Amino acid sequence: MAEHKTASPAKSDAAQSAGNGHAQTNGSTVAPPYRVIGTRPVRHDGADKVTGRAVYGADLQLPGMLYGAILRSPHAHARIKSIDTSAAEQMPGVLAVATARDLPNLKDKVANLGEGAVNLAHLGANVLAHDKALYKGHAVAAVAAVNIHVAEAALAKIRVDYEPLTAVTWVLDAMQPGAPILHPDLRTDELGEPGAGNTNISTHLHFEQGDPDKAFGQADVVIEREYRTATVHQGYIEPHVSTALWNNDGHLTIWTATQGSFTARQQTAELLQIPLSQVTVVPCEIGGGFGGKIPVYLEPVAALLSRKCGRPVKLIMNRADVFEGTGPTPGSFVRVKLGAKKDGRIVAAEAYLAYDAGAYPGGMIGPGCMCVFSCYDIPNARVDGYDVCLNKPKTAAYRAPGATQAAFACESVVDELAEKLGIDPIELRLKNAAKEGTRRVDGPVYDRVGLVETLEAARNTPHWKSKLEGKNRGRGIACGFWFNIGLKSSVSAHVNFDGTVTLLEGSTDIGGSRTSIAMQLAETLGIKAEEVIPRVVDTDSVGYTDVTGGSRVTFATGLAAYHAGLDIIAQMRQRAALVWECKVEEVEFDAGTFRHKKQSLTFRELAGKLHQTGGAIVGRASVDPEGATNGFAVQIADVEVDPDTGKTTILRWTIVQDAGRAIHPSYVEGQMQGGAVQGIGWALNEEYLYDDKSRMTNASYLDYRMPTALDLPMIETVIVEVPNPAHPYGVRGVGEVPICAPPATLANAIYRATGVRMRELPMSPPRVWAALAAKK
Amino acid sequence: MSKRIHVSTTINGAPTEFLCEARQSLLEVLRDTLRLTGSKEGCGNGNCGACTVLLDGVPVDSCLVLAVEAEGADITTVEGLAHDTRLHPLQQCFLEGAALQCGICTPGFLVTAKALLDRNPKPTEHKIRFQLSGNLCRCTGYDKIVRAVQEAAKALDGNGRAEKKAAAKPRAAAH
Ligand code: FES
Ligand code: FES
Repeated sequence: MAEHKTASPAKSDAAQSAGNGHAQTNGSTVAPPYRVIGTRPVRHDGADKVTGRAVYGADLQLPGMLYGAILRSPHAHARIKSIDTSAAEQMPGVLAVATARDLPNLKDKVANLGEGAVNLAHLGANVLAHDKALYKGHAVAAVAAVNIHVAEAALAKIRVDYEPLTAVTWVLDAMQPGAPILHPDLRTDELGEPGAGNTNISTHLHFEQGDPDKAFGQADVVIEREYRTATVHQGYIEPHVSTALWNNDGHLTIWTATQGSFTARQQTAELLQIPLSQVTVVPCEIGGGFGGKIPVYLEPVAALLSRKCGRPVKLIMNRADVFEGTGPTPGSFVRVKLGAKKDGRIVAAEAYLAYDAGAYPGGMIGPGCMCVFSCYDIPNARVDGYDVCLNKPKTAAYRAPGATQAAFACESVVDELAEKLGIDPIELRLKNAAKEGTRRVDGPVYDRVGLVETLEAARNTPHWKSKLEGKNRGRGIACGFWFNIGLKSSVSAHVNFDGTVTLLEGSTDIGGSRTSIAMQLAETLGIKAEEVIPRVVDTDSVGYTDVTGGSRVTFATGLAAYHAGLDIIAQMRQRAALVWECKVEEVEFDAGTFRHKKQSLTFRELAGKLHQTGGAIVGRASVDPEGATNGFAVQIADVEVDPDTGKTTILRWTIVQDAGRAIHPSYVEGQMQGGAVQGIGWALNEEYLYDDKSRMTNASYLDYRMPTALDLPMIETVIVEVPNPAHPYGVRGVGEVPICAPPATLANAIYRATGVRMRELPMSPPRVWAALAAKK
Repeated sequence: MSKRIHVSTTINGAPTEFLCEARQSLLEVLRDTLRLTGSKEGCGNGNCGACTVLLDGVPVDSCLVLAVEAEGADITTVEGLAHDTRLHPLQQCFLEGAALQCGICTPGFLVTAKALLDRNPKPTEHKIRFQLSGNLCRCTGYDKIVRAVQEAAKALDGNGRAEKKAAAKPRAAAH
């Protein structure tokens, strides 16, 4: 192995600091220096994942396993008059067929899924359509057969009698009187009161503080603009997959790719109307989620099929199913108005946001409203938000759900303001930056946040200080915000007699979180990261844990690991007291060593004595913390726009972000880089295209164009550390905020390169070309 | 069910025979029949590269190759990169450089990168990006993947351990 070591940790640290700065500010949590936190150990599941041994959902094979397939609506909106499955059922090799008739009839009931809530009646109808198909790709029936080819052939034998209806896919159209109505019983929740009459608008939110009208009257400059964004998909490379076994004793086991095994269990049990304890969810390795693998799609259907035939059934989506049948993020219309004094102080703000909910109510409008002005301290503000049903798949969370659309609008207007006032865009933002004590328009008052430090660090980057020259080139900058969440996490950890500690957790690991959690336990216990053995276990093997989402895992599950560590230390001190025949209070613990007077035992030595002093030690903790405090990122882009084609080439990119404390800096950088690039794809290329019958026409990776390695430069990162006072190691969530700023960053850069303000996403070559042509 | 066809190949150095239907892709046979599930299916139509394997040294999307086409071929999958307990330098560099997050794209990137380094031990950054552009990763933004390939190139070059296969036969690559 030694000769294969190409980059020792020390060497890679050096390499990183060449390209990536690491700005430090002081805070007040468990004091550094740390021995484990801030280092870059190889992830615990690494060898499995580079050798192909890790078992993802699709890799699972069970004895007697059948393969399922799902029939999907070819229409964007249609009444389902009848479904005839008899021919499919009679096909040799087909063992089960299921439709919505097999699902219990669910009344409206709202289930809280941690990051977002869901109405179970809607969830059930989304999983298998009842009387109406509400988007192309809506699941209608399912088959289980001896292999995938037989299952697919059987789908072709199912006869569905559809009555096609007029469909609508643009949010403002869906809000018009006379628009095709998706749900005849839907009334607008108008600030808590049900509205009158049929509508697609499920919710109207309104937030206000100060006196915006008066403040606009007193502003020296007022700018108001409208923005449109297309529907985009999370785009995770692993399609959804679930395998279910409804055993003969009535127990249901589901192996699945999910961001939350406990919420997948809850949704499945509720949809099937069986007790929670009758379901075990085994989380497989998961190939990306970004919010899109929180709702269930396949789990209940695989379960229905398995119940019918008594064998395990695996359902896998193909890529088109993923695009057409699973939650994209909302398309949107956003209008933002800002008023400022000559000196750059923003005194008034107003926003109108209309977001796709998709086929069923409950999209991302709430966070959209929360985030639209969240980077700034604006005393007078008003926000109105609308959640709108239309004939697209039910939207799902996508990395800082709802925030990117809002940031695109707000940060573009801020850039125009800076230009109009002749103030440097970072200077203007610093003048107005949210800080401790700022009250956001929806109510919360910030505690210690790091936007000012992040903006200052951005101003100090070599990138911002460098000169950009050349024709058709421009530099843009924008801020992003995400509030981060806490929620519930449980862990248990047992001390092995060789001094290692096995850590059982319920947070599915999508991007290295096993290691960032294990490192916090190792730090607490004074052992090495490699001496913790983290295991993501099923819903029967650890306490309730919410989804991997909301940038919460390193914060909340890490906090649970810290407390489990304290629990272990307390028990170990008792054992040391037994060994030394002293009082527990006389045993000290510091940096992995227990001491009493002149005697000392390392963690490992004491672990070796557990056998003789009472047996194993199990530490545990369950947390539901407050204080997953807000995250901010600032991004800088240099672009060159080809005037002949409208293509935008990114020459240089920097992201500066407050991580609170970077537990494993490589994975923090990875979140920053990956989020930035998803934002770049959203900004420049990605969109759902529709034909005149509202059917998606580009449901493949070829036509839904995500960024490739060739589209990008290196993504420079600067981690700012303004520790979160609510976490012992100062952790803030880092996963989501990096996606927010790129669209505005690029719009601002394209303006500086071309003189054209792009106000619609994606800023794809044809759109930019048309805008350039219009300007001439 | 249609008639099965007998196919003889070499997979990761081991002579391997299997029966398949004419319509089955090489990826399906690798995963479902031979249980080599390291090669992943992200799209099934040649657009993501997660299923990349080497066919006689050339990277191909195994979802676009019919299993029957593999008759007589020498196939390398991600399972064939490590030797005994030693990881391939690419694997080691991916781990040390944190070049994977969810890891679903990783097998495809490793195999594609191996094909590149086998032929071109000192690729430029642009060449690496070009060669990897048929592989999608949604998690990393590619930065750490490109750097890991650069590190691996240095390691292979530095200690002269590049496993220089007989120059790959010129044949249209899938990427
Ligand atoms: S699965 Fe073969 S290229 Fe995507
Ligand atoms: S690491 Fe998740 S797709 Fe590449």
